[in-house]
Amino acid sequence: MQLTLWTYEGPPHVGAMRVATAMKGLHYVLHAPQGDTYADLLFTMIERRNHRPPVTYTTFQARDLGSDTAVIFKEAMLSAYERFKPQAMLVGSSCTAELIQDDPAGLAKALNLPIPVVPLELPSYQRKENWGASETFYHLTRTLCGPKALPPGAERPARADGAPVTCNLLGPTALGFRHRDDVTEITRILDAMDITVNVVAPLDATPMDVACLGEADFNIVMYPELGETTAKWLERAFRQPTVRTVPIGVGATKRFITEVAEIAGIDAQHMLDRELSRLPWYSRSIDSTYLTGKRVFIFGDATHAIAAAEVAADEFGFQVVGLGTYAREQARDVREAAKRYGLEALITDDYLEVEDQIAELHPELVLGTQMERHIAKRFGIPCAVISAPVHVHDYPARYSPQMGFEGANVIFDTWVHPLMMGLEEHLLGMFREDFEFNDQTPSHLGHKPENAAPVDRPTSTPALTQDLDVAVIQRPQADMQADMQADAQAEIKTDAGAPVWAAEAEKELKKIPFFVRGKARRNTEAFAATQGLTTITLDTLYDAKAHFAR
Amino acid sequence: MSDTAYSLDTRPEARGTAGSNGPSNNGCTDAPVLKERGQREVFCGLTGIVWMHRKIQDAFFLVVGSRTCAHLIQSAAGVMIFAEPRFGTAIIDERDLAGLADANEELDKCVERLLSRRPDIKMLFLVGSCPSEVIKLDLSRAAQRLSRRHMPDVRVLNYSGSGIETTFTQGEDACLASLVPEMPAEAANADQSLIVVGALADVVEDQFRRLFAMLGIGPVTFLPPRRAADLPAVGPNTRFLLAQPFLADTARSLEERGAKRLSAPFPLGEEGTTGWLEAAAQAWNIPAETFEAVTRPARERAKTAIAHYRDALQGKRLFFFPDSQLEPPIARFLARECGVDLVEVGTPFLHREHLSEELKMLPEGLRLSEGQDVDLQLDRCRADAPDLVVCGLGLANPLEAEGIATKWSIELVFTPIHGYEQAGDLAELFRRPLDRRGRLKV
Repeated sequence: MQLTLWTYEGPPHVGAMRVATAMKGLHYVLHAPQGDTYADLLFTMIERRNHRPPVTYTTFQARDLGSDTAVIFKEAMLSAYERFKPQAMLVGSSCTAELIQDDPAGLAKALNLPIPVVPLELPSYQRKENWGASETFYHLTRTLCGPKALPPGAERPARADGAPVTCNLLGPTALGFRHRDDVTEITRILDAMDITVNVVAPLDATPMDVACLGEADFNIVMYPELGETTAKWLERAFRQPTVRTVPIGVGATKRFITEVAEIAGIDAQHMLDRELSRLPWYSRSIDSTYLTGKRVFIFGDATHAIAAAEVAADEFGFQVVGLGTYAREQARDVREAAKRYGLEALITDDYLEVEDQIAELHPELVLGTQMERHIAKRFGIPCAVISAPVHVHDYPARYSPQMGFEGANVIFDTWVHPLMMGLEEHLLGMFREDFEFNDQTPSHLGHKPENAAPVDRPTSTPALTQDLDVAVIQRPQADMQADMQADAQAEIKTDAGAPVWAAEAEKELKKIPFFVRGKARRNTEAFAATQGLTTITLDTLYDAKAHFAR
Repeated sequence: MSDTAYSLDTRPEARGTAGSNGPSNNGCTDAPVLKERGQREVFCGLTGIVWMHRKIQDAFFLVVGSRTCAHLIQSAAGVMIFAEPRFGTAIIDERDLAGLADANEELDKCVERLLSRRPDIKMLFLVGSCPSEVIKLDLSRAAQRLSRRHMPDVRVLNYSGSGIETTFTQGEDACLASLVPEMPAEAANADQSLIVVGALADVVEDQFRRLFAMLGIGPVTFLPPRRAADLPAVGPNTRFLLAQPFLADTARSLEERGAKRLSAPFPLGEEGTTGWLEAAAQAWNIPAETFEAVTRPARERAKTAIAHYRDALQGKRLFFFPDSQLEPPIARFLARECGVDLVEVGTPFLHREHLSEELKMLPEGLRLSEGQDVDLQLDRCRADAPDLVVCGLGLANPLEAEGIATKWSIELVFTPIHGYEQAGDLAELFRRPLDRRGRLKV
């Protein structure tokens, strides 16, 4: 049993819904009690979809248990088939139905419908949403393409002379982070390379389209957590090669183009010679100097977290101080990536752990999910969202992909937006006593942090005690509170024989912007300890600053 | 899969008089009810936690359930919660199911961790879910065990918000019912007292407090209280008024402890609020002149406020999908005070006794439905082509995309709508989607 306050991923059947809702002509019969229909609003509200997810919930109740839940399932299945006339159906159980073991697969088979029916076994008590989506896509593909698979040992027939090079885009689903726009962007790039997209799946595909996946020359896995399992099977069944570079950021997009060109056997130099994104110049322009070495914490699904780390380090000149994911299935890839930045990856789906690490690292920018946006807001740290879980704001009306050259432009704007510009930051640093400068507003967006105290708090302080009412009442006192906490900390240290802050040094410390103050305090104390000092004076403070200068 | 049937419910009404409610017909009292059973597009009772955890300021709600439960509450709450929540989920995993871990020990560990992080918590609800019910995890024993360990600092209670047993607002009913045995007994010679039952917005509670004081009705307490320690006393001299129509179990538990329910319409709209206050005034023998003098200013204000919206709503055809059980009283308000033409009033559960005053006032000729088969109901809705549909979040955008104006029903649960001062706001909630359609030229 795991104590959870917020969860990064839904249960696996929500993953199956992401596939079903992305597609057309597919219907999902989910054996589930009343209440599980909440998942519909993820699609109709968060993603603003204009139709109901194609899901029939059997809606069994306590009084049905042990008597006729199987009958309810069969009736729901038949009536859904008759009403929606789908090309194919998915059947499965939600967490509660899994416990009552009605065997939807067997029941569905007994109905003998004249369409393909794909039974899903998605263990709710072990697995989560992305895995559920991946498995659903894989089983659907296997069922629909299986009959056309090449016999063992057979070579893939060569493409006819003059026929266009074709590929599939695998992985985009409903409720994905910018999937819709990524598909458009990648299709444009492929278009410029004279490559035709055979099928995009699951997004907007019909089961009949999925049945044609084997016809393409190769596959592109856009989101490994959703498409990799299917791509591996297609490699075996149709000997289709796979492009695995995720084209997020300028560098990755260029590697992606190179990889596609190699597999397709075409020359794409014209795509690489010209600079097709504004990011490189924007980053090199003198105005961006203030981005140099900004300490950034990154957390999200594996695909977006790994890509964000590369873009942050190589294309923004940030320093990656933390990298992690909630996706245990891809933990190895994230651990690998973290090594490049000399870090140990944070692999957890407990958002309290993520919060602790952010508090400890004092980053200047957080790139994360909606969870990290909440954490950053509480701490008063600028934040940009790079990955699901998503919020209605993550479906902007404008075109805003993450992938490709336009995606790099979008990323530049999105990540810089929450930060102060260089000169603003300097003014704030120089004239800290100006009463109109708010100590707690590190962003020009005007969001006041509700309570800045946690940044400076000792890690043992309960993170959960800041309720709305408390936060509102105490907001003006937040800084005082932080100072009091800091004092308490100092007192504890005094008991342990650690250095004491002279009043003058303590006052100077407060002139340092609050979001780096905790770090300055710790560095100075550590420095004083190594020097065997008992009192921290103004000089100690500046000696430490010089010592730790980067 | 629906065993749709018109079944006439012919139970006679307990009281023959229609009180102050105009012409003496019986409204919908004897109207047939379309009972449906099929796919339900409604939340389960866990969702009540979203408002209950704000109402009782020192309570924490720990759902013992699956990842789905955690995801449900956070999705339902996601757009509304800006502060740290006082709810969480102890997620059952395969080790608990396979018997590799003792589920009770695991639960105790979760509770220890939680309470050590939140020393401010005085009352902890263990909330049962579909999975915990199906595996028969005995949360009442767990609550007793944990209470023994943590009293007097923390009182641990339990109730079920599972979807196999509860629909949306029934979660609040189950929660309040679990509080009733904890309420102290009133003194043997206690004066007659009044409990207002059902979570209300704090501002509404304060308005009612003032009105009762001016009327000379008291002492008055509220269930749930804002703080766990403030549970009202109960006994044979207690009278209670239901502020919400979905509190069947809570009412029964209070009656078992000797309290008597005052039959009344629900305090929605000017008329409903007056009838509701009147029920208390009668029990306290308040003179009619006093009642009139005290309520007149607020009644006039309510009528003035409603009048702003009446033109926009007059004659509009309205269709309610089932959601919160608030549908019949709100429909009554819209029909009688705003001139709305009701096409179908759907409700998850129709409690005839608690709604007896409401049913009398509902205009004849509308379609009353209980339960749901959502596809069939959508068919009826499209055929009826109403001017406005009241429905849940899963249906609203799809219906809007079909060109049908909608009002999210969840807003009726999350907005202060009770009492005189909110009567205009309640009407405005229904005017807004129509107004918006009128404004948009895209």
